[in-house]
Amino acid sequence: MRTMMKRTALAAALLAPLVAGALPAYTPVTDARLNKPEAQNWLMYRANYAGWGYSPLKQVSDRNVDKLQLAWAFSTGMTEGHQAPPIVNNGYMFVATPNNQVICLEAKTGREIWRYKKTIPDELQQLHPTNRGVALYGDRVYMATTDAFLVALDAKTGKEVWKTAVADWKSGYYMTLAPLAAKGKIMIGSSGGEYGIRGFVAAFDADTGKEAWRTYTIAGPGEPGGDSWPGDTYKRGGGSVWITGTYDPDTNLAFWGVGNAGPWMADTRSGDNLYANSVLALDVDTGKLKGYHQYHHNDSWDWDEVSAPLLIDLEHKGRKVKSLVHAGRNGYLWMLERTDSKVNYVDAWPYVTQNVFTRLDPKTGRPTYDPARIPATGKTVNFCPSLWGGKDWPPEAYNPHTGLLYIPAQNNLCSELTGEPVKYNKGDLYLGVSIENVLTNVRMTPESKVHIGEVQAWDLKTGKKVWTHTYPEMNWGPLMTTAGNLVFGGGTNDRKFRAFNASTGKLLWEFPTNSGVTGVPSSFEVDGEQYIAVQSGWGVDAERMQGAFNAVLDKKTTVPQGGVIWVFKLPRK
Amino acid sequence: MDKDNTKKIADSACAPCCMQRRDAMKAAIAVTVMLGGGLRGAQASEPADLPPQPGDRLVRMDEEGPPQPLKAADIPLASKPVRALPFAATDALVRDGSRLGRVILMRFDPASLDEETRARSADGVLAYSAVCTHQGCEVSEWDANGGAMFCFCHFSKFDPLKAGAVTAGPAGRALPWLPLKSENGELVVAGAFSSVPGVRKG
Repeated sequence: MRTMMKRTALAAALLAPLVAGALPAYTPVTDARLNKPEAQNWLMYRANYAGWGYSPLKQVSDRNVDKLQLAWAFSTGMTEGHQAPPIVNNGYMFVATPNNQVICLEAKTGREIWRYKKTIPDELQQLHPTNRGVALYGDRVYMATTDAFLVALDAKTGKEVWKTAVADWKSGYYMTLAPLAAKGKIMIGSSGGEYGIRGFVAAFDADTGKEAWRTYTIAGPGEPGGDSWPGDTYKRGGGSVWITGTYDPDTNLAFWGVGNAGPWMADTRSGDNLYANSVLALDVDTGKLKGYHQYHHNDSWDWDEVSAPLLIDLEHKGRKVKSLVHAGRNGYLWMLERTDSKVNYVDAWPYVTQNVFTRLDPKTGRPTYDPARIPATGKTVNFCPSLWGGKDWPPEAYNPHTGLLYIPAQNNLCSELTGEPVKYNKGDLYLGVSIENVLTNVRMTPESKVHIGEVQAWDLKTGKKVWTHTYPEMNWGPLMTTAGNLVFGGGTNDRKFRAFNASTGKLLWEFPTNSGVTGVPSSFEVDGEQYIAVQSGWGVDAERMQGAFNAVLDKKTTVPQGGVIWVFKLPRK
Repeated sequence: MDKDNTKKIADSACAPCCMQRRDAMKAAIAVTVMLGGGLRGAQASEPADLPPQPGDRLVRMDEEGPPQPLKAADIPLASKPVRALPFAATDALVRDGSRLGRVILMRFDPASLDEETRARSADGVLAYSAVCTHQGCEVSEWDANGGAMFCFCHFSKFDPLKAGAVTAGPAGRALPWLPLKSENGELVVAGAFSSVPGVRKG
């Protein structure tokens, strides 16, 4: 009996490589492929450098999506916020999860090929224990870690090729974003604005891990913009970068969104506080700042403008614009123009209730503030949208067929903050607002008692909203749109993942997953079949907003924990 | 399991790990010094990195000026925990080298404590690790309605009157407690943490 078992085990061991052999050899990821990604793949955070979150696949469409069914599911073994897209390269899937983990799977079946984990130091405080995805380049996989390392893995084996310490986690630096890979460089940015860091974007040689350049998002003395910070406040000025930049290969410029200035209260750092709450245009070869636009100056609302703008060439109000489009946390939808050396203001308008800006300068877009709506030290101020903004990190999507921009929005929600003095202590929170206040900051309005979360569709040519789908509570769901005239997203506290008609907003399909869906969806094709993939795993700010809702609402909601990768497809004909 | 056994298990569970930490730290320091990269000498950095030691006093974490050992009366009754660091009074050394040594202090009416809890308190003051066992954030807040200490990151709640037991949220194990005694009115550390502070790696 024992011999037989041994034989069976031996046979299984011999068979394993044969099964693995069913996958084609790994296809290296080149600049040419990243510039023009194949329809069957999802090679980077938002599928293309322009940041669209768009798949050209159309087998799954508005006509048959109601028949979508489970292909496979896979438990990640982690709890907390699962936000990364399943990234797919010709049959190989790479998924990043909380706790510095990357899992490589066979995209068609969910069979695990390898798994990598980097231990997190015992002492590290995880305020945002999440990871928003890996980058693929050559035959390697790159991950930015919670303990502020950049790690390069062999895509075929998961073995560490190199790792580089990017910043000191003990001083509050950490990373959550998917790296941006282009022209032999792997680019990342740092989180930690709530710990008194000085934010930056940095690039590393893809082969060796050697640092190529580092550009601070907070201007220092003697640099342009350095005079917008009093004294040495720039040293702890925040300006986190926790979302992947977008990239224009024609001008070799990458566009990075920058977080709010720190600490939170504007009166502690009088001035514009450049380049917090801005978009930066950085030269990929040198890191040189070529242009910027500051969405709003001297922030006091925790409105990180960290989502990178989408690159969309369009006609707006009769004028051709190579645009940068950004649904701001400040509640305005921004349209800017990119050139090879500048970022110009074009237009902006509120897409959610906003009571802070009284006007925008028509030439520069610089807002004027209602003084009664500026939180300050020793002052209690109510403002809308809430500190989580009209849209937080979950990315918008753009569909070139419908010409519509889709925004996962939080509408009708306001905050009340009381500023208090704060002392810097290395590695500790540096906010200027008490934790109790943050936990109970939300203020409901008569409107928000009706609905808060929205999926909005905007026609950028006219600046008009085409459709809105509403949810009773929050929406923390990143969006994906496809050539099948569909928009996919989760984000609600009822565990659902949904598909909408991209033209009309009609809800066509929904599926209750294990937890809340805050993952970036992706789509890919293997052996002629289209798949829709997403991670479900509630946590981080979605969970924190739920806590704040539970503090002020009679209704208490607990969203179940645990990460699962869900992959759907149509039944075989 | 009676009280003595709990204590013995707790002590034996923690002592070797503390030893290992110390040895590992010594080794790490030795390497750093050999490489010439040590900013602080081996002798100076080691005690500051240690967890609370028996005989240590406790001082406010955010205090300016010379360290003032805390007394029971300094801790407000049943309200937001006071964040504190261990203080080796004889060496005038605040142990601020490791987050895992941070302590939170709460005070209750001694009459409201059960016998076991009272035994590790000093005049009604209870000490716990300040580091959440879930993801390592700070347990800094107090839920007055629920009578629980909680972590603002993910809302894990711990009952100070029941040995730091988890009462809500995602944390998987109790918040380690630290036995205290009182000497001349000052709060004094009476032993080691009941279990390893911080996140236990799977």
